[in-house]
Amino acid sequence: MSPSLPIIDHPRAARDFVNNVPRSHWHDDALWFVRVKRDRQAQSLPEWEYLREQASAIKQHTIANLGTYLQEFEANASRMGAVVHWAADAAEHNQIVLKLLQKNNAQRIIKSKSMLTEECGLNEFLIDNGIDVVDTDLGERIVQLRGEHPSHIVLPAIHIKKEEVGETFHQHLGTRQGEADPQVLTEAARGHLRGKFLDGEVGITGVNFAIANTGGIVVCTNEGNADLGVSLPRVHIACMGIEKLLPRFADLGVFTRLLARSATGQPITSYTSHFHGPRDAQSELHIVLVDNGRSRIRDSDTFRDSLNCIRCGACMNTCPVYRRSGGHSYNATVPGPIGSVLGPAREPKVHKSLPYACSLCGSCTDVCPVKIPLHHQLLAWRKVLVGKRLLAWNKRVGMKAASILFRHPRLFRFAGYTGRTALRVLPKALTHNRLNEWAIDRDLPTPPRQSFRAWYAENRKQTKPEDVK
Amino acid sequence: MNVALFVPCYIDQFFPDVAIATLELLEAQGVTVHFPPSQTCCGQPMANTGCSAEAAPVARQFVEMFAGYDAVVCPSGSCVSMVRNHYGDYFAPDDEQFTQVRDATFELCEFLVDRLNVREIEGRFPHKVSIHSSCHGLRELRLGPCSEQQTPRENRLRILLESLADVEIMPLTRIDECCGFGGTFAVTERETSVAMGVDRVQDHIAAGSEVMIAGDMSCLMHMQGLISRRKMPLRVMHIAQALAGRELAPSP
Repeated sequence: MSPSLPIIDHPRAARDFVNNVPRSHWHDDALWFVRVKRDRQAQSLPEWEYLREQASAIKQHTIANLGTYLQEFEANASRMGAVVHWAADAAEHNQIVLKLLQKNNAQRIIKSKSMLTEECGLNEFLIDNGIDVVDTDLGERIVQLRGEHPSHIVLPAIHIKKEEVGETFHQHLGTRQGEADPQVLTEAARGHLRGKFLDGEVGITGVNFAIANTGGIVVCTNEGNADLGVSLPRVHIACMGIEKLLPRFADLGVFTRLLARSATGQPITSYTSHFHGPRDAQSELHIVLVDNGRSRIRDSDTFRDSLNCIRCGACMNTCPVYRRSGGHSYNATVPGPIGSVLGPAREPKVHKSLPYACSLCGSCTDVCPVKIPLHHQLLAWRKVLVGKRLLAWNKRVGMKAASILFRHPRLFRFAGYTGRTALRVLPKALTHNRLNEWAIDRDLPTPPRQSFRAWYAENRKQTKPEDVK
Repeated sequence: MNVALFVPCYIDQFFPDVAIATLELLEAQGVTVHFPPSQTCCGQPMANTGCSAEAAPVARQFVEMFAGYDAVVCPSGSCVSMVRNHYGDYFAPDDEQFTQVRDATFELCEFLVDRLNVREIEGRFPHKVSIHSSCHGLRELRLGPCSEQQTPRENRLRILLESLADVEIMPLTRIDECCGFGGTFAVTERETSVAMGVDRVQDHIAAGSEVMIAGDMSCLMHMQGLISRRKMPLRVMHIAQALAGRELAPSP
């Protein structure tokens, strides 16, 4: 991500989406439906909390010993004939992929969904270099045709209604105008993608899990598009963040059980595909291991656990802010609670409003299958941002004033008395106007004549009376 | 038992009856309650904005004020969570005064059920009610089971509320969704906060509830503001008021 990106103001970016009440409700209901499916799956496993505990412990152990496991993985993957590449950042990742494509004279890429390549801006980079990239995940193909980015990491087109998909397909794939039947639209996409699959020269996939002690990689999809995308072409390039590693093959079951249940409420993804080296002597498997800021997160005691993330998207589905404001309001590759932790880690200034796009309800922390303390990390980010002087001056001044008020009980009593009296005697136009953000949509409480402390001084004499108002 | 009452700043100023009801409930259990009169706020507004330098002196003042009591009881889960889960940022881990206050601070229902072993409150509340589970009480203090986890937990608010005679607790569709208050979030993310609050209120109304009951007045202040502006058919009440035998005010 380039530092020239505009600074994101979440409230403003969210405004149109939230204020379109029917659409916001529709989005909220769609994601809540997934959350309920997830709950049913979690309830069906008596060992659910034990699995979360295990997953968290395995991830913590892996991240603590990441260097050792990455080397073990490289050795085992290479032994099976895969070529392992290392990329320090997004630019290096993109160059590695481009060089591999150029070496193979490939012009047509069929890509399965990968948030890492989104993070690295691979599509734009390849297209700028004259290479045709087709996303083969249905949702991602829809957003690609519309010139958008995914609004969710598992459900990339969750913000788009089927009627709008019909319009997009009418424009790009020649379906009937006004067609909104999901079955018809899916068939149209399938026919369109089939041609792309047959033409594809190189398949690019993401990686859900990489296993150190086998050197294998695992890709989970519900559409089987990754399988088709890497089975037809001779060359498979798999791009993964270095945190996707698991130590042993035996660890995988813990994660595949948690991933699909947390993501979509399915017991398992439709396709859990394992790749151990290239499929034959004529084929190539390249694995690109990408850091892109992950080592820096690993160095942080506060934010290290965010590397546990398996990108299931459960935190987004449960987040009441995400559900109402939509994924695009975050303006980040990964939106929602985990995105609001990862975004500022990459670009604190650009993403400074994201840790505040949260009511600190804690639902994300409790739903997270790998136990990332998400809402605590968002709170920790706020502290870091204040330390970096990235909090708006008016909030800063407001908090300084509040601190002085609370440190001086007499002043607090006086301010309380004055405030309550003002609220009682002033005309409503003065207290409920556009300057008072609270009262634009909400009434203020009716102020009582007497504070509790005043009542107490009058009615409970055992405490030394003070000059209370 | 030597118990201090901690009355959060906004309850002191705007909802004194919640504090009076809390005091009465504790006294009805035979507890001697003190109200240190110089108390102000736990520092949560500053802490939640990330302003540690502004929160720290308020936290230190709080600990000095409440040190030495057997228990500090507060009718707000959110403020208790601030002390229990977030004060650690402002004190050395071996600061005895701090650890004593942290471990002695309780939310009202938690104190009644867990410390005093109260499981029944005498009185009646002949109304259809619904419980708004405030997030910090639920997910930071674990005062009840949350819908995300599979860990069984007793719901302290519910135990006490359903012990009242003639009360009918109505089921919600989304049992523990956030109301969108979130402190300064309510102002800085006003549109989203309001949307969350209105949806929350609608769920309670759809459940057939007359009165929404919660352990945190802050959530109720936000939703009362929305209800009042929109003239929605629902009233709100802090659980301390329902337990202390307050009558439901007639519809406005």
